Amino acid sequence: MADASLGLWTVPLAVFGGAIRVSTPFLFVSLGECITERSGRINLGLEGTLVMGAMSAYGISYLSDSPWLGVLAAGITGALFGALHAGICSLPRVNDIAVGIALMLLGTGLAFFLGKPLIEPTAARLPAIDFGWWNDIPQLRAALRINVLFLIGVAIAPLLYWAFRTTRWGLLIRTAGESADAARAMGHSVLLIRLRATMVGGFLAGIGGSFLSLFYPGSWNEGLSSGQGITAVALVIFARWDPMLCLWASLAFGGAAALGPALQSVGITSGYHLFNAAPYILTLAIMIITCSPKRTLTGAPAELSITR
Amino acid sequence: MDFGRISRRHLLQGSAALALGSTLGIRGAAAAETTVGFIYVGSRDDYGYNQAHAQGAAALKKLPGIKVVEEEKVPETDAVEKTIESMINLDGATLLFPTSFGYYNPHVVKMAGKFPKMHFEHCGGLWSDKDPKNAGSYFGYIDEAQYISGIVAGYSTKSGKLGFVAAKPIPQVLRNINAFTLGARLANPKATTQVIFTGDWSMPVKEAEATNSLIDQGVDVLTCHVDGPKTMVENAARRGAMVCGYHVNQSPLAPKAYLTGAEWNWEALYPKFVKMIVAGEAIPNFYRGGLKEEIVKVSPYGEMVSAEARKHADDVKAKFMSGEYTIFKGPLVDNKGKTVIASGTDRGQQDPELEKMDYLVEGVIGATA
Repeated sequence: MADASLGLWTVPLAVFGGAIRVSTPFLFVSLGECITERSGRINLGLEGTLVMGAMSAYGISYLSDSPWLGVLAAGITGALFGALHAGICSLPRVNDIAVGIALMLLGTGLAFFLGKPLIEPTAARLPAIDFGWWNDIPQLRAALRINVLFLIGVAIAPLLYWAFRTTRWGLLIRTAGESADAARAMGHSVLLIRLRATMVGGFLAGIGGSFLSLFYPGSWNEGLSSGQGITAVALVIFARWDPMLCLWASLAFGGAAALGPALQSVGITSGYHLFNAAPYILTLAIMIITCSPKRTLTGAPAELSITR
Repeated sequence: MDFGRISRRHLLQGSAALALGSTLGIRGAAAAETTVGFIYVGSRDDYGYNQAHAQGAAALKKLPGIKVVEEEKVPETDAVEKTIESMINLDGATLLFPTSFGYYNPHVVKMAGKFPKMHFEHCGGLWSDKDPKNAGSYFGYIDEAQYISGIVAGYSTKSGKLGFVAAKPIPQVLRNINAFTLGARLANPKATTQVIFTGDWSMPVKEAEATNSLIDQGVDVLTCHVDGPKTMVENAARRGAMVCGYHVNQSPLAPKAYLTGAEWNWEALYPKFVKMIVAGEAIPNFYRGGLKEEIVKVSPYGEMVSAEARKHADDVKAKFMSGEYTIFKGPLVDNKGKTVIASGTDRGQQDPELEKMDYLVEGVIGATA
């Protein structure tokens, strides 16, 4: 039988496939936010950036027939939103969290407004690379059709880890995040460092959005993100501002998102709402296990408004 | 947003009044045509529920003397009351179509009491004797169309496994799942339908994951009951599975994978309603129907649908059209082995028992809770 069912094996396979399919937006947003937060600022607006990125990528891909141009447009839109956030936060006595919430609402609202005519048309999608050529199990082959953006995201994580530790600009970002005074004493503009860090963060988040609309689920509509941007921002805290942990956490969230539907498909139907909530339960559990009243979170940049 | 809208309308009205000198003049001139207001809960080009209603509204726009005003993305809160008030007071609407299920109670009921001369036609079939007489609620037996889809799916599947991506286990959704499965088993008695509930009406990532999981299980024909079937249709077609659509015709999204689908036929019903009102006839407060009453329809068959499937589906459709066919008739067993409709009992479409459906029939893999 060509369509041989894998039975219960589909659950681990779906979690594996889901980890690859669903994790990419989490990965890009959390890596972007990681850079921004390491420089001492929280950009909660990345949910809005993600949705804006998804919308602009879809629009540009539809108009130009080039999905890669769409990805670029999403990145640029994200960087502009990052610049807006950093710009407003550069003003004296402005709270970065409040600005982030405002930009989140602006981003989603603007994307819904501008994206109205894009719900119906079908845009060119990003291609997938077939890594499953070596086997002939259709389910596994489907799970191994991987998008380049995922691979880029996976490559950025160790690169960032390395860059934070060993490069000059990595040190600068960390200095701005740990002690603005020290950075100033070294003769660097803290605001400029944060502006760049927030723009890079926005750029990555925008690209995360383009994955949503151009690859998986693969079309633009208003429920597309359903809070993934916010989840990813929380994921950075969960990952202790460590890019490699961001990668693992994103994969875990992606896999957990696939768990609910996969269990139902093999006939485990009780409590599907509970399984659908798995990612959030996971977050809560780890937060509770690792929190301590005696110290601030390990790895938290000292300049962040939540730790200061 | 809401305040913005109202003040903008006030502004427009104010400037119009200034320009013409008298608001009375405008009202008098506007009375020559009937203004119909449409309120949607989502985006009207969602390839789904709202688009079906918008197609009905578009059919009204073609009628002479009818002006249509529309507003999208109105939540099921008192926001809909504000929208209704401004459509009546500022646009002069006399007939309103609040098209989402959750608008009815308390919002539409309240507004119908406040504006006794206006007509309200709510989609959802919720009117009861206690409600104002100028409020009506209509709905369609789309499970008849799902039954036809099921027959076509039953002939088309090679694995005998069908998939259903559903939002929530409420009676309307369960009726569709059950009708689809019963139709499929008419064609292929061994066919099963695997159902996955995503938990809400619009969850694109979950719907895509559900679609992939079903196909991984060997499912080769999928359908759905969510607000926007686009995600399911596109993702299933990419994996090489066949689909049956829902709400509207999604064949442009996947012409090679689209077998048929269960569609609303509001573009036939709404002009009928308006003509009844213009002619001075009363629309029944509780208005329902299926294929026969032209409230629902079946998408044209896709190329890959076999002649055998077409013939069987057309035969059953003809029986629905003449009103002599019942989907839910005894003996009917649910998927836990319990008899839910006793032998000899026919539950016709109007049967209130069907409105309380809380079971999945034999052949459905899944559970309601």
